[in-house]
Amino acid sequence: MPKAYQHPTFAFTPPPELTGAAGKRRPVLVVGAGPVGLTLALDLARHGVPVIVLDDDATTSHGSRLICMSKRTLEIFDRLGAGAPFRAKGVVWNTGRLFFREAEVYAFDLLPEPGHGWPAFMNLQQYYLEDFLIQAAAALPNLEIRWNNAVTDVALTATGATLGIETPAGAYRLTADYVVACDGARSTVRRALDLPFVGRMFEDRFLITDIAMDADFPSERWFWFEPPFHDGQSALLHKQPDGVWRIDLQLDGDADPEAAVRPEAVRPRIERMLGKDAVFEIEWISLYTFRCRRLEQFRHGRIFFAGDSAHQVSPFGARGGNGGVQDADNLAWKLAAVLGGAAPEALLDSYDAERIPAADENILNSTRSTDFMTPKSAAIRAFRDAALALARDHGFARRMVNSGRLSVPAVLDGSPLNTPDRDAFAGGLPPGHAAVDAPVLAADGQDDWLLRSLGQDFVLLLYDARSDIGPLQGVRQVSVIPAGGAPAPGCIVDRDGLLQARYAMTPGAGYLFRPDQHVAARALWPDAAWAAAARDRALGKDAIG
Amino acid sequence: MNGLLTEDRIKDPDALYQALVDAHDGLSAAESLQLNARLILLLANHIGDAGIVAAAAASARASVLDDRARGGDSTA
Ligand SMILES: Cc1cc2nc3c(=O)[nH]c(=O)nc-3n(C[C@H](O)[C@H](O)[C@H](O)COP(=O)(O)OP(=O)(O)OC[C@H]3O[C@@H](n4cnc5c(N)ncnc54)[C@H](O)[C@@H]3O)c2cc1C
Repeated sequence: MPKAYQHPTFAFTPPPELTGAAGKRRPVLVVGAGPVGLTLALDLARHGVPVIVLDDDATTSHGSRLICMSKRTLEIFDRLGAGAPFRAKGVVWNTGRLFFREAEVYAFDLLPEPGHGWPAFMNLQQYYLEDFLIQAAAALPNLEIRWNNAVTDVALTATGATLGIETPAGAYRLTADYVVACDGARSTVRRALDLPFVGRMFEDRFLITDIAMDADFPSERWFWFEPPFHDGQSALLHKQPDGVWRIDLQLDGDADPEAAVRPEAVRPRIERMLGKDAVFEIEWISLYTFRCRRLEQFRHGRIFFAGDSAHQVSPFGARGGNGGVQDADNLAWKLAAVLGGAAPEALLDSYDAERIPAADENILNSTRSTDFMTPKSAAIRAFRDAALALARDHGFARRMVNSGRLSVPAVLDGSPLNTPDRDAFAGGLPPGHAAVDAPVLAADGQDDWLLRSLGQDFVLLLYDARSDIGPLQGVRQVSVIPAGGAPAPGCIVDRDGLLQARYAMTPGAGYLFRPDQHVAARALWPDAAWAAAARDRALGKDAIG
Repeated sequence: MNGLLTEDRIKDPDALYQALVDAHDGLSAAESLQLNARLILLLANHIGDAGIVAAAAASARASVLDDRARGGDSTA
């Protein structure tokens, strides 16, 4: 049997506030060291904002939950300096197979496109994800994680918020200019503010297990509708590192939840799926009903909600964690810009303007997938089965079959921070899109990636330009030398011409990227006045009026 | 308004109706339910416009609910 992950126990250190030190006011407190809180804290700290993360536990995620990480999530982790262990450990997969009863209906391919630093998807247990981010956090002196610090209450004022915190050494309070609640679906902060969710709940139960076994199944996503080995509606098998496999088995709404999670009930179900001879150990058993819902607003004055505290989706499509990481990515640079005086507080309103539509897209897609798996009547089920049956022969029906629409980066196309195109580009990425990677040569001639060259600043990327546009405060200018050119200081070379193609670049054209690597503006002939106006708009300086 | 054409458009309504009926010949109730669902999906793809399909579905639904309001039973 492969070696299993060992959960670390992080040391509890009595906070200085409990040993006599005066409680200092903090710029930002993050509640929750899950995937979202850790991403946010890393991003803030790397932007120079001192940050404390409070977590009620002292280890990484108990069960795995999240397993599929999207390219965008991996790109964000890489920007945060945490990419290497993910690349070393994650399982890359490209193929999904769909079965209806006994037969394979079709297979899809994520069509890996060459010339990206990261694959479309990678599977890795949530505890590894957290572990790797915690390791990256340990290298940052201005990032402190306080384990066994449970937030119990919240007081919101016009200029900040105060948290009540319980620890094994006693209770204390901390006040900050901003608090970000990343404390998950059962958010204490949300309950303290008494904020309701809007959305739907699904009755069907899903038995989710991780098992460890030596098996030579390929690293593909296998999904069954009405599998012959299971009396429920659907089943899923997906590979993770360490010989761990995720198995989802959909149960009827009236299944007895307590009986269903007993190992002696789970084991025969898995044996029916994998065969009597399969040798496996059950690592984790859990039973979920799913919700697709969100808060009406993610910003409440000086308190922000990010990740599952703000919105929840069913896992089909891997949109929960991947969506939450994008919340953190969206909020960190804005808080840093406001705290550093580079942007007005109005910039923070754009968090709702940008992340609520993104959450709605995730909720819509996850709801549709869950509806497809949980038909509510005989007639609805007939449609589902009809689509599956027709899928064998008809492409249109294949496109209706919905076992999850996989997470893609949010396009912030309605954002008030975007500068609308004034020039006609023949394709490329309109404002609001997340940057797309391309292989480049760095100034020293070494192979590199575009996203790594963009980093975490505002960047004006100029293609085949004769010169930069003159000094522009708060914006780094990067010149791109077309494919075939020689590397030069301060420039990158478009190694394979893919940057030119993906951005529809023409000589002299430029893109302005935000610190979260979304396109803020682009122009065929950018000049200083245009760039300064676009930068200001992206910093929320136009937001009033 | 919504693009759904509801005026009389079929040259030979009896033949069309018979084609629908014939398709169910000898099928069990469950098979017929499947046939209807597949038929709708095939026709929907032929139409290729989600707006028209939604309008037709809304029109059919309104007609069923109308029966309900009259105290009738569409499934009688
Ligand atoms: C079965 C399943 C499969 C999934 N698969 C995927 C997938 O493949 N891909 C994907 O992207 N997403 C997936 N998800 C969703 C994903 O797990 C969540 O979206 C993600 O964990 C949310 O991260 P978070 O940081 O917001 O919250 P959480 O992961 O819930 O973390 C919250 C943290 O806050 C801490 N905390 C809670 N209350 C307090 C308090 N009062 N004080 C201090 N700390 C507190 C907790 O200890 C925890 O560390 C899946 C979910 C499930 C259930």
